[in-house]
Amino acid sequence: TSLGEVNSFSPSMPISPSSMINQYKFEDEPELRDLFITVDDPESHITAIETFITYRVVTKTSRGEFDSSEYEVRRRYQDFLWLKGKLEEAHPTLIIPPLPEKFIMKGMVERFNDEFIETRRKALHKFLNRIADHPTLTFNEDFKIFLTAQAWELSSHKKQGPGLLSRMGQTVRAVASSVRGGVKNRPEMFTEMNDYMETFSQKINVLDKIAHRIYKEEREYFNEMKEYGPIHTLWSASEEDIADSLKGVASCIDKCCKATEKRMAGLSENLLPILHEYVLYSEILMGVLKRRDQIQGELDSKVDALANKKTEKDLFSEEIGKLEDKVECANNALKADWDRWKQNMQCDMRSTFTNVAENNLRYYEECLATWESFLASQTVDLHVEEDSEDRP
Amino acid sequence: MEDCLAKKMEITVSEAEKRTGRNAMNMQETYTAYLIETRAVESQSEGQCAPVDSLWRRYSEFELLRNYLSVTYPHIVVPPLPEKRADFVWHKLSADNMDPDFVERRRIGLENFLLRVASHPILCQEKIFYSFLTQEGGWKEMVNETGFQLKADSRLKALNATFRVKNPDKRFTELKHYSDELQSVISHLLRVRARVADRLYGVYKVHGNYGRVFSEWSAIEKEMGDGLQSAGHHMDVYAASIDDILEEEEHYADQLKEYLFYAEALRAVCRKHELMQYDLEMAAQDLTSKKQQCEELATGTVRTFSLKGMTSKLFGQETPEQREAKIKVLEEQIQEGEEQLKSKNLEGRDFVKSAWADIERFKEQKNHDLKEALISYAVMQISMCKKGIQVWTNAKECFSKM
Repeated sequence: TSLGEVNSFSPSMPISPSSMINQYKFEDEPELRDLFITVDDPESHITAIETFITYRVVTKTSRGEFDSSEYEVRRRYQDFLWLKGKLEEAHPTLIIPPLPEKFIMKGMVERFNDEFIETRRKALHKFLNRIADHPTLTFNEDFKIFLTAQAWELSSHKKQGPGLLSRMGQTVRAVASSVRGGVKNRPEMFTEMNDYMETFSQKINVLDKIAHRIYKEEREYFNEMKEYGPIHTLWSASEEDIADSLKGVASCIDKCCKATEKRMAGLSENLLPILHEYVLYSEILMGVLKRRDQIQGELDSKVDALANKKTEKDLFSEEIGKLEDKVECANNALKADWDRWKQNMQCDMRSTFTNVAENNLRYYEECLATWESFLASQTVDLHVEEDSEDRP
Repeated sequence: MEDCLAKKMEITVSEAEKRTGRNAMNMQETYTAYLIETRAVESQSEGQCAPVDSLWRRYSEFELLRNYLSVTYPHIVVPPLPEKRADFVWHKLSADNMDPDFVERRRIGLENFLLRVASHPILCQEKIFYSFLTQEGGWKEMVNETGFQLKADSRLKALNATFRVKNPDKRFTELKHYSDELQSVISHLLRVRARVADRLYGVYKVHGNYGRVFSEWSAIEKEMGDGLQSAGHHMDVYAASIDDILEEEEHYADQLKEYLFYAEALRAVCRKHELMQYDLEMAAQDLTSKKQQCEELATGTVRTFSLKGMTSKLFGQETPEQREAKIKVLEEQIQEGEEQLKSKNLEGRDFVKSAWADIERFKEQKNHDLKEALISYAVMQISMCKKGIQVWTNAKECFSKM
C-alpha cells in the first residue's frame, strides 16, 4: 500500500507526519506493532440489582502517548458497546469492527454458560485487536481511555459528551435517519460497493448457516459413533477366534470417533467465529455506506436549496464548501478503509478455509493410519494361518 | 468338499424381473422372479464352455426349498435366506420390496444361499435341490409330494420340550446361549451402523451446499473468484462420493445379516436336540412307571400312593385273572417301550454326533467369513479415507490460491 491510500482523513483528527508513518507500519508489518492487547479471565459479579461478567483487558505498549507501558483493567460488555458507539460517532465512514451480539438468538437458558462466555471473550479480544490494527482507529482517544482508565475514571468519562447516538443501535440509527438522499449523486464506485455488499451479505449469511449445519451433522455423527465401537467389544466377549479382530475394529472406530471430535472442535474454533464475524461485518458495511449517503445527502439538499435562492449565494457558498469537504473526506476515508477491509477479508477467508481443509485432511489421515495398521495386523495373521495350514 | 455340487456346477442368480400374476385367491399380485443360471464346470478344456441352463424362480419357491431342507436335515445348520422385508434401513434406503436396490441385494443374497447349499457336503447331494436348479416345471408339486410337512415338528411341541427337558447335552445349551448372544449383538450392531450411515450421509451431503454459494460468491470477487469456484467443485465431488461408499457398505451389512439369520438356524438344531432329548426322557419315564405298575401288580404291594391303588381299595380288589391280564399287557408294552427307548437313544446319539460335526464345520466357516468381512470393512474405510484426502488436498490448494 502506498502512503496515499493509507491517508484516512477524519474530520475530528489532526493529521501529523508521525501518525502517518505509524499507519503505514501497521498495515504491512505486524512485527513492528507497538500495542498488544489481550482479553481474558472472565469473572462474574453479583450485585443486588444484576449479575454481569467482567473481562480482564491487558495492554502492553511502547507508545509515547501512553503514560505507562502496561495496563490492566476490567471491562464489561456495556463498556465495549460504549467504545464502539464512540468510534462510530467519531468516524462515521470508517469500518468499525463488529462486536459479539448482545443477546443469543437461539434462546439459551443460561446467559452465562461457559461456552457462551468463552465465545464472547474471543470475539471481544478480536474486536480490540482489530481496532489496534486499524491505521486511524488505533489512535482514537476513547480507545486509549478504554484501555487505560480505572473503572471509576471510565464511568465519569462516559457521562461526558454526546452519548445519545452511541446508545442507539446501528440499525436503529440507519432506519431513523430521515435524510434518505445521497443516492442520486452517488459516485459510481459507491454504487458498486453497495451492489457488492448486498450480494456479499446474502452469501455470507448462507455460508454461516451451512457451516452451522455441517457442525450439527458432525456432532450427530460423533454421537452415533460413540456407541458403534463398544458393540464390537461386546461381541468379542462371545467369540474366541475372531475376538482379536473384533477388538481391533472397536479400537479403530473409537480412534476415528476421537478424530471426529477434533474435527468438530476445529470448526467451532475457527470457521464458525470467522463467518459470524463477517456476517456482522456485512451489516456494518451496509450501515457505513448509508452514512456516507447521508453525508452526501446533506450536501445535495443544501445545493438544491441554494439553486432556488440566487440572491444569498455568497452566504451559502461557505457552508456548501464545508459540506463538500466533509463529503470528500468521508468518501476518501471510506474508500481507503474499504480497500483495507477487502484485503483483510480475502486474507481471512483464505486462511480460514485453508484451515478447514487442513482440519479435514488431518482427520482423514488419522483415520487412514488407524485402519491401515489394523489391516496390517489382520493380514499378518492370515499369512501365519496359511503357512501353518500348508505344513503337513 | 471334494464331491460337492459347487465344484461341478457354476450357479448364478443373474437377473431379477418384475412380474404380475394371479395368486392363490385369484387376485392380481406383483412379484419379482429371479433367473437361476447353471452351467457344468468343464475341468479339462479351457476354450470350451458348456451351455447355460436357466429357469425362473420366485422368493416363495426359495422358501419352500429351505423349509424342505430344514425339516429333512434337522441336524444340519441350514443356510439362511436373505431377509424377506428390508430391515435395518437408514433413511435413504427404501423399505420397499420393489425398490431396485433392495431387489439387487436380494438377488445377490439368493445366489449366495444357493452357493452355500451347493458347497455343503451333505445338502448338495439332495435331489430336490438339484431339481430346484434344473427342473423348470412341477418342482413345487414334487416337493409337496414328499410329504415333508408332516415330518415338521410343531412349534408348540418344541417350546414345551425346551422348557421341560431335564438333561440336554451341555454343548447344545451353550450353543443356544451363544446363538442368542450372536443374534442380539449383530442386530444391535446393524441398527447402530444404519444410524451411523445416516449421519455420515448427512455430513457429506451438507458440504454439497458449499458448491452453489461459492459459485455465486465468486461472481462478485475478482481475485478470490477462481479459487472459490474450483473449491466449490471439489465440495460437490466430496458430497457425491458418499453414495458409492454407502452402497458398498450395504454389502458388508448383508454379510453380517447372513450370520444374524444363521443364529436362527443354529437355534433350530438345538431345538431339535431338545425335542429328541425330551422325547427320550418322556419315553424313559413312561417305561419306568409301567415297570413300576407291573411290579406292584405282581407283588400286590402298593409302594407309592396312587389313585388307582385307592380306587381298587375302595371298590374292591381285582380278581387274579384280571390282574394277570393287566400284567401281560404291561409286559408287552414294557418290551415295546424298551425297544423304542433303545432306538430313540441311538437316534439321539447319532443326531448329536452328526449335528455336532456340522456345527464344527459351521464354526470354521463363520470364523473365516466374519474375519474376512471385518477385513473388507477396514478396506472400505481405507478407501473412504483416501478419497477424502484427495478431495480435501485439492480443495486446500484452491483455497490457498484465493
